[in-house]
Amino acid sequence: MRRSAPWERARGGSLARELHLDLPLLVALCLLAGIGLLVLYSAGGQDPDLVERQLLRLGVGFAALLALAQLPPHHLERWAPWAYGLGLGLLLAVLWVGDEGKGAQRWLDLGIMRFQPSELMKLAVPLMLARHLAARPLPPGPRALAISLLLVAVPVVLIALQPDLGTALLVGSSGLCVLLLAGISWRLVGLTALGGLASAPVLWHFLRDYQRQRVLTFLDPESDPLGAGYHIIQSKIALGSGGLFGKGWLNGTQAHLEFLPERSTDFIFAVLGEEFGLIGILLLLALYLFVVIRGLAIAIQAQSTFTRLLCGSLVLTFFVYVFVNIGMVTGLLPVVGLPLPLISYGGTSLVTMMAAFGMLMSVHTHRKLLSG
Amino acid sequence: MAGKRLWSALARRLRGRPVPDPLRPRTPLRDHLRETHLFTTRAVGALVVILLLTAVLLGRLIYLQVLAHEHYATLSDKNRVDLVPVPPTRGLIYDRHGVLLAQNVPTFSLEVVPEQTGDLEATLRALGRVVRLSEADLERFRRRLARRRPFAAIPLRLRLSEEEVARFAVERHRFPGVDIRARLMRSYPLGPLTVRAVGYVGRISEAELARLDEAAYQGTSHVGKAGVEKYYETLLHGRVGYDQVETNALGRVLRVLARKPPVPGEDLYLTIDVALQRTAQEALAGRRGAVVAIDPRNGEVLALVSTPAYDPNLFVGGIDPEAYRALREDPDKPLFDRALQGNYPPGSTLKPFLGLAGLVHGVVTAATRVYCPGWYVLEGSQRRYRDWKRTGHGSMNLRRAMLHSCDVYFYDLAYNLGIDRMSAFLARFGFGRPTGVDLPGEASGLLPTRAWKRRVKGEPWFPGETLIAGIGQGYLLTTPLQLAQATAVLAARGLVHRPRLLLATRRPGGGLSVLDPEPAGRVTGISETHWQQVIASMEAVIRNPQGTAHGLAEGLRYRMAGKTGTAQVFGLPQDEEYQYKPEEIAERLRDHALFIAFAPVERPRIAVAVVVENGGSGGRVAGPVARAVIDRHLEREGLLPIPDRARGERQ
Repeated sequence: MRRSAPWERARGGSLARELHLDLPLLVALCLLAGIGLLVLYSAGGQDPDLVERQLLRLGVGFAALLALAQLPPHHLERWAPWAYGLGLGLLLAVLWVGDEGKGAQRWLDLGIMRFQPSELMKLAVPLMLARHLAARPLPPGPRALAISLLLVAVPVVLIALQPDLGTALLVGSSGLCVLLLAGISWRLVGLTALGGLASAPVLWHFLRDYQRQRVLTFLDPESDPLGAGYHIIQSKIALGSGGLFGKGWLNGTQAHLEFLPERSTDFIFAVLGEEFGLIGILLLLALYLFVVIRGLAIAIQAQSTFTRLLCGSLVLTFFVYVFVNIGMVTGLLPVVGLPLPLISYGGTSLVTMMAAFGMLMSVHTHRKLLSG
Repeated sequence: MAGKRLWSALARRLRGRPVPDPLRPRTPLRDHLRETHLFTTRAVGALVVILLLTAVLLGRLIYLQVLAHEHYATLSDKNRVDLVPVPPTRGLIYDRHGVLLAQNVPTFSLEVVPEQTGDLEATLRALGRVVRLSEADLERFRRRLARRRPFAAIPLRLRLSEEEVARFAVERHRFPGVDIRARLMRSYPLGPLTVRAVGYVGRISEAELARLDEAAYQGTSHVGKAGVEKYYETLLHGRVGYDQVETNALGRVLRVLARKPPVPGEDLYLTIDVALQRTAQEALAGRRGAVVAIDPRNGEVLALVSTPAYDPNLFVGGIDPEAYRALREDPDKPLFDRALQGNYPPGSTLKPFLGLAGLVHGVVTAATRVYCPGWYVLEGSQRRYRDWKRTGHGSMNLRRAMLHSCDVYFYDLAYNLGIDRMSAFLARFGFGRPTGVDLPGEASGLLPTRAWKRRVKGEPWFPGETLIAGIGQGYLLTTPLQLAQATAVLAARGLVHRPRLLLATRRPGGGLSVLDPEPAGRVTGISETHWQQVIASMEAVIRNPQGTAHGLAEGLRYRMAGKTGTAQVFGLPQDEEYQYKPEEIAERLRDHALFIAFAPVERPRIAVAVVVENGGSGGRVAGPVARAVIDRHLEREGLLPIPDRARGERQ
């Protein structure tokens, strides 16, 4: 009977539309951020400063979202090569002059703030690829495909050289998502996957010692209970002891007695699981799924090939984040340093993520209405 | 309808075939509807994958949080399971006859789990009123505090007295998170006597903490700092074990759930003989010097003494700064290991090796005669190089030059040999580089060559410097260990064994595994006659009534070969009319006395080098030390009857 959803008829709906925001997505993101602050307050030992700093970052993130939502998608398409080129240049600059942090070069000191060019690449790669593929009929021919792969491979290799394997994998997967959505044949995908498996021993050769240690520990965490396996053992205890209903907010002993390392950042999911149990996790996963489904819906409704590919790949990458982080904390995947989107403490990737959602909203709200 | 088309499109896509569009003919033009379909198909496919992966995560979470909840709950909930490292027991150290050199004795230490104290600072202040806490204790504690695992106990005070233990026991209820723990502390029953070989352990320093494998040293407070304790740290340390313990909310251990026992370190048997150490130490009595004895047959270091020594036990519990400064500022330098690190000019003890070099290179034969007027003049120079005997020795052959220790003969020999050939020959006996003994911190001595001088001093080599080198003076420097090693090689007629202190190891509960002496090499190209001639001349040094060490011949019950040496500490004018009167010179500027020897000549069992700093005469001062050590060793090996006075000392 109804022709439009209730929220679109509400008073706030019109304001949201004027600001080029997508209300369902915005509400879900705010809910996630709210849960994140709640868990962070507990994980960080009830330190109000920590929450305040995270709030500030969220503010910056939402500002980025708002700003990008105003930008019509054809601007994105036009500026994609520039963003991509700038990103490549900065990656090279980082390799030459970057600050060393934890034995890896990732940062570029701009004087005012430190900037991680690989973050820019998380957006620039899907933008560039979507533009490239949208310029010709789909599915892409072999030539377009080869160029696309090159466009992905160069930044991935540069980021892996820093070395930042986690981000390299993400940037790579964002590019592959575009290709998948663009309709490359499944046989090719299968062959690539096989090739990837075959190249694993070669990849092993290039890993740094600490990265190898992570993989080995993943295969047998008990082998080093006080060293590298400590993270996984403790996070499994935190999750498992949380049970169905959790120990209650601020009552997680694993987190509060400091058994759980990196509890505010990469392992914050374990704190949530310990304090809110499976129920809390189900709520979180439902929110994530809602964001993903809404995002895919926006992608499907998008009116140009470019925007479709862009939105689709951004959403899929978002899910990769969620999956890799939770997989790591639950001991399904090796420990790669990736934050849990919108929940983990820390700024850089948060701003990038919000910017991506800003693009999504821009695409959705700048549609030309064909009818009605 | 739309759904059906979508699924059939998906199915075709999966088979890798192009999707025929029922609505439009295929054209090279862009087909937007078809592309939209394609994208939708893919997006829906992606969603399916996402749902599947989410299901995997959910499955994992259901396993962890529902199915295995009981298991993890016991690990965490009220009683948390913690891994407590159980440090391994350090291996013991024995001498070659099984005399205990390093052992572990139980002592009580005060340990703190910072998380459990509530207010750490207040606790530390209050503790200071119960037991004695020095500034150093607190500082060390804070350093260790910065890098540790949560809920790990950190030692605050070691070696509590009985009284302090009792006092704390009464007040213990006031100090949650503080406990007394019995720890094994290293102790060296023979103290200064074996410190050069055994070394000592000390608290792990910050620098070491960064270098050591953190997991392997969980719960270990000490690490080898010197000697065998440092060199064989990995063997001695063992492998850490873990207790999986159940702790209550305050972290106190309630019971042990599982245990992976630590593997104790291996026991070490050293080559040194405590009785020989004692003999050498007593013979040096009150002097500064070093004695090194090596078995030429296998490189076993039988004695390693450097006096004055210090008590290693002081360093185990952390030496207090006063005592440490006293040791460091002592002009006799007790901390300095003369045997391994002392660089001394070898003086005339170098002459047997030079004689051999002369014979091998054909510079002299046993019959070559050189007239010694008491000085030597280089061709085309006016400068006189003095002999130690101003009146001269007269006509000298190799044998007589050795037993009189005639300098002029060796000036001539060195001049004809040349510095580079000389150094190359000496290098084969191990001079100029570390011997590779299994101890840390060995000095390398110095074997000068033309190239060396140009590189280091930026000057060409002067012929006169070759002469000075010919009597073991000048740039040439050796450590007592090198000298003993070279003597051992000479005694074994060229057979080279790397000197070593490790005789055997014993795994906990296992048998003894004795190390096989593997010869490191051989000094080749020297004929039996040449060996014979030099060794015979060394024997004459003692046996011949005119020999510089004839004083040692009295009561000698075996054949002994030796050479005296006197090394100048202070450059005396060579060509001026200067009467050298030892008693006029400050004691510290007096010559070093040296002696090398081995015995029995026919089948050598021991080679010894003795250095007595500012001892004056090699024959009179250093010789008897070597004789006493050799006597004692041959007695203990059953090659000599033991005199009555020594019988009681036998271990």
